[in-house]
Amino acid sequence: MVDIVDTNKKALDFDNQIAAQDDTFPMLSVLAADGAIVDETAVKRAELDDDDLINIMKRMLLSRQLDIRSTKLAKQGRFGFFAPTAGQEASQMASSYAFNDDDWLMPGYRDIPQIIVKGWPIWKAILWSRGHVLGNVFTTADDKPVNSWMPQIIIGAQYVEAAGIALGLKKRQKDAVVYAYTGDGGTSQGDFYEGINFAGAYQANAVFFVQNNGYAISTPRRLQTAAKHLAAKGWAAGIPSLVVDGNDPIAMYLAAKEARTWATSGKGPVLIEAITDRLEPHSTAGDDPLRYRTQDDIDAWWQKEPLIRMRKYITTKGIWDQEKEDAYIAEVNTLIDEQIKIADNVPKQKISDFVKNTLEVPSYAMSEQIKRFESEGK
Amino acid sequence: MATKSYIDAVREAMDLALEKDNDVLIFGEDVGKNGGVFRATDGLQAKYGEDRVFNTPLAESGIGGLAIGLTTQNYRPVMEIQFFGFVFEVMDSIAGQMARNRFRFNGTRQMPIVVRAPYGGGTKTPEMHADNLEGMVSQIPGIRVVMPANPADAKGLLLSAIESNDPVVFLENLHLYRSLKGEVPEGYYTTPLDKASVAREGSDVSIISYGGGVPVALKAAETLAKSNISAEVLDLRTVSPLDIESIGATVAKTGRVVVVQEAQRMAGIGANVMSEISERFILNLKAPIGRVAAPDSVYPFGQAENDWMIKADDVVAKVMEVVNYD
Repeated sequence: MVDIVDTNKKALDFDNQIAAQDDTFPMLSVLAADGAIVDETAVKRAELDDDDLINIMKRMLLSRQLDIRSTKLAKQGRFGFFAPTAGQEASQMASSYAFNDDDWLMPGYRDIPQIIVKGWPIWKAILWSRGHVLGNVFTTADDKPVNSWMPQIIIGAQYVEAAGIALGLKKRQKDAVVYAYTGDGGTSQGDFYEGINFAGAYQANAVFFVQNNGYAISTPRRLQTAAKHLAAKGWAAGIPSLVVDGNDPIAMYLAAKEARTWATSGKGPVLIEAITDRLEPHSTAGDDPLRYRTQDDIDAWWQKEPLIRMRKYITTKGIWDQEKEDAYIAEVNTLIDEQIKIADNVPKQKISDFVKNTLEVPSYAMSEQIKRFESEGK
Repeated sequence: MATKSYIDAVREAMDLALEKDNDVLIFGEDVGKNGGVFRATDGLQAKYGEDRVFNTPLAESGIGGLAIGLTTQNYRPVMEIQFFGFVFEVMDSIAGQMARNRFRFNGTRQMPIVVRAPYGGGTKTPEMHADNLEGMVSQIPGIRVVMPANPADAKGLLLSAIESNDPVVFLENLHLYRSLKGEVPEGYYTTPLDKASVAREGSDVSIISYGGGVPVALKAAETLAKSNISAEVLDLRTVSPLDIESIGATVAKTGRVVVVQEAQRMAGIGANVMSEISERFILNLKAPIGRVAAPDSVYPFGQAENDWMIKADDVVAKVMEVVNYD
């Protein structure tokens, strides 16, 4: 009897296939939780000078202050929907630091801070949360276009649309990419796969982020999929995919920067899985994390959050101190106060405008409605 | 004027749009080298290149997302859904995204997308390939739904749809693709959206229909003429939004109405037409409104299709009822 040939043996070795998945996705890590450098070469490769490091720190602090203030305002009923961001400052603000104004952002509903650093004023973010359409006008305070879509509510829809932007950028031969964000739950959506697969098939200019923050509302990551790494899903689409310590700002920046270079060079998209944690509730609309996770688990993640290690790293470098941090936080809070005032003074929306903005050329029935609402001053 | 088939008119419109505007892109499953499963895009990739006419992976939601994303780079996407029965896979892109975007961005972003798809039945396709789902998409604010009933309109309306900055679901009747021929004007022309047309003048009764129902209504009108009943046939052309003025004009003219649709009675556009007439023009009516529609079952598979679909005789019978009402 002839033994089964080696290649067939390998093909049928299911145990080995499962085991191999662990080794396939090592985690990119540059700064340890205590701010110590894990990989000096990686730090050099990131090419971040002192100003860049301070900028990343400031962006993360801005995001944290927005989170604190938005949560407070939501409790006072002065804010609409808000999805807290604490814990995700590296996966949001350090990753997005690798992109520029020409790049297109496709955010999920938790990715408000990335749009703000692209120039979308905070007062518009407040209006967006309150359901005022002026919040969805993506221009800067001085009316320049901001290359961002609105924060997507339908999980995964931003991924298929990102594929279209990526293909468009490639067709127009732009030196730009689209960068899209979703979460661990988002990877279970069909649109997640369709988006990365379309972008891969067209070798289009896209960088896809999965912020694996442990929970989709209450459903833990382990219930989403049997895949050991969410990054493995990128391999199914034939695109480079990596796992990054999502609480490590330098690692997140490095991964994003190199992915952007790859995607703009015509080689196609990259998928980045950031391992992080949503330290707070899913949203300010009544979610209680203690219904589905323990306080000990939350406390343990607070020890690993990105601001701690970034603060230690740049303090040790001698370019940051408590005084600078306090001054910046005060500056941000003054800005937020001003922005709330602007948002509060924006005129109420009109029903006639709703109807006018539904089609470029209104129908007969719509014209009747516009006339009626206008005559009533609505 | 040359006589052309419905599908040749559709193809000619896309050819002219590609020629006129470099931002027009055509994509979908098998639309490239194969020219689409019905050959609606036959030869267009060879003529305009793979950059402008291209195949997509087999995923309708991905196709919808692609179209939306491409608008950010100022393209005018003409996306094909291979059969409209597959629309459920792309409903978020159509209803949740492209229909909402103009409103959502306070009028600052346009969605110049055409979603082309064949619909209807009578060609013995497998399940889900035949359907009349126009009612479903017509209840979505923010999109137009256009359903041409003849080759000349197919060409002119498709060119208007491509020029429109609003998303348009453009439904092509798969039974009429090759069975219906008609005179088609040469060159580039547009036929206005949101405007019905009188397909046949008449004075005793108005048959209001759209898409594949129009040839059925016209055949019935021929038969009725032999019995000295003069039926006017109003072809809605755009089924969402409705051309209320043209509906009002024909109701005022005849005072008797039969609404004809290929969709099931509970689906389609007929109910919308009837409610507009009831709300606005009821005092012009001399008889209750009649309705001809398919039975309220799931759209049947190939073999039983022809028994199930509406026929001209059904329309004749309903018109006789409405005309003889005192």
